[in-house]
Amino acid sequence: MSRATATIHGWLLLLPAMALLVLFTHWPALATFIDSFYSTPRPRRATHFVGLENYRQIADDPIFWQALSNNLWFALGTIPVSIALAMIMALWVNDRIAGRTLVRMAYFTPTVLPMIAIANIWLFFYTPQYGLLAQVLSAFGGASHNWLGSKDTALACVTLVAVWKEAGFFMIFYLAALQQIPPSLAEASALEGASRFYFFRRVQFPLLMPTTLFVLVNAVINAFRTVDHIIVMTRGGPDNATSLLLFRVYELGFNFWDTSLAAALTVLLLMGLALTALAQYLFLERRIHYR
Amino acid sequence: MSARAASEVYAPAGAGRFLETAAAWMLAILWMLPLLYAVWTAFHPGEYSTRFEPLAPLTLSNFARAWDAAPFARYFLNTFLLVTLILACQLVLCTLAAYAFARFDFTGSGIAFALVLAQLMIMPDVLIVENYKTMGRLGILDSIPAIALPYVASAFGIFLLRQTFKTVPRELEEAARVEGAGPLQILLKVYVPLARPIYLAYGLVSVSYHWNNFLWPLIVTSSVESRPLTVGLQVFSSGDQGIDWSIICAATLMTSAPLLGGFLLFQRQFVQSFMRAGIR
Repeated sequence: MSRATATIHGWLLLLPAMALLVLFTHWPALATFIDSFYSTPRPRRATHFVGLENYRQIADDPIFWQALSNNLWFALGTIPVSIALAMIMALWVNDRIAGRTLVRMAYFTPTVLPMIAIANIWLFFYTPQYGLLAQVLSAFGGASHNWLGSKDTALACVTLVAVWKEAGFFMIFYLAALQQIPPSLAEASALEGASRFYFFRRVQFPLLMPTTLFVLVNAVINAFRTVDHIIVMTRGGPDNATSLLLFRVYELGFNFWDTSLAAALTVLLLMGLALTALAQYLFLERRIHYR
Repeated sequence: MSARAASEVYAPAGAGRFLETAAAWMLAILWMLPLLYAVWTAFHPGEYSTRFEPLAPLTLSNFARAWDAAPFARYFLNTFLLVTLILACQLVLCTLAAYAFARFDFTGSGIAFALVLAQLMIMPDVLIVENYKTMGRLGILDSIPAIALPYVASAFGIFLLRQTFKTVPRELEEAARVEGAGPLQILLKVYVPLARPIYLAYGLVSVSYHWNNFLWPLIVTSSVESRPLTVGLQVFSSGDQGIDWSIICAATLMTSAPLLGGFLLFQRQFVQSFMRAGIR
């Protein structure tokens, strides 16, 4: 096949997917960027160029800074904890413990449930007085506490829900990677008299690094795009204590209908995501041992 | 030393084994607790919803009341139509695009591939404001295709299938070409059958993702005729039900039941599919 024919065939095959990608990914991304420099169209005032005004408004908005800090805490809470838990779960399930099929199922089940169903279940779990948490605590003599209604605990509560949902999903990838480590390595290090912990630290853990990078990228993206449970459980409250960046975009765009502000915030969110992805590849890629 | 024993030189023994099993089970029970609590509440009369008595009477009336209180049959139909539409379109579009990237050495393929991969970072979930405007311009707001369209050209699917197609030996393609098959016939007769496990894996991942998707459908739908289950459930449980937890738990379990049931029945396939789709 000549190159010209190949080019025609290639682009024809690509055309339907590319058209939809342009329409629903590339164009909206570009339009979001452009819109972020214009004012929101209002009934009596058409949209006009405002330069960096939208960004200045965001920078002056305390709720934005709160959402940013919430989101960073949320990421800092979910990412390391769910990755560490996933690794421990995978190590346990990989060993031949009694009933490991059941245990694996228990860890993985939250992954197939809709986030919205999970949020409903946990909402009930956290309910003051009636919820399981309140009942267990009162059995031990603890005072009833409004977990989601209090500014001090609400963010930690929604973070825990995200960890619960994600850890089992990441476990699967670690499990697959663990099963690909040749048994001869364990045998050799046992002959050398290495302890189990030493074997984990010097053999298993380094060999799991590519999986960790993959999981890490996913965990970071999830930390900035998971807002379903916020909408169900707290709607960003109390007093914006659980407002995350994407939730703020949703609030600005679809509650206040200030689409230009929402566009500017989307641009910031996308830039943040792109920068973290880049940083992860630049800094971690070098330190990873690939087989 | 047998091969099996060799792989288990570090398997815990004695007290260590007991401790590890106990810890793994503790975490498993802890992990299931919120779900078990919801199951208990859904299957017992309201007065037992927060009292745990082993002999409390079982009932299905919470499910019946939830079913009657909202148009769940319609929501089920909408979700079913939605995931079918998305998966069918994804399979066709991603197969064609992946075939182009895997086996056609064409001008601009590098740039085109980079443009596809951009979607992995710029996800439809984030572009909600602009995509909402686009749907408005197309005049299809509040319809099932409007929920589906942003997800149909899936970068993940294209990437996954491209990797798979690349592993197919060229000789098979040559053989088919000698027999007079054109590019599309080669795709259908050689590549697609060989990638069947990947199609299954991708299908399971896609169906469970879109069955569970919430934010975009919430934004783009506004009527019973187009709402999927997740949005229906949210409207239902934040509506005038008050806080009747038995009904809300029943509705919650009901909407997750098909996926959860499928997962429990085909656990191995599910787990392996998620592994395949993730590891590539």
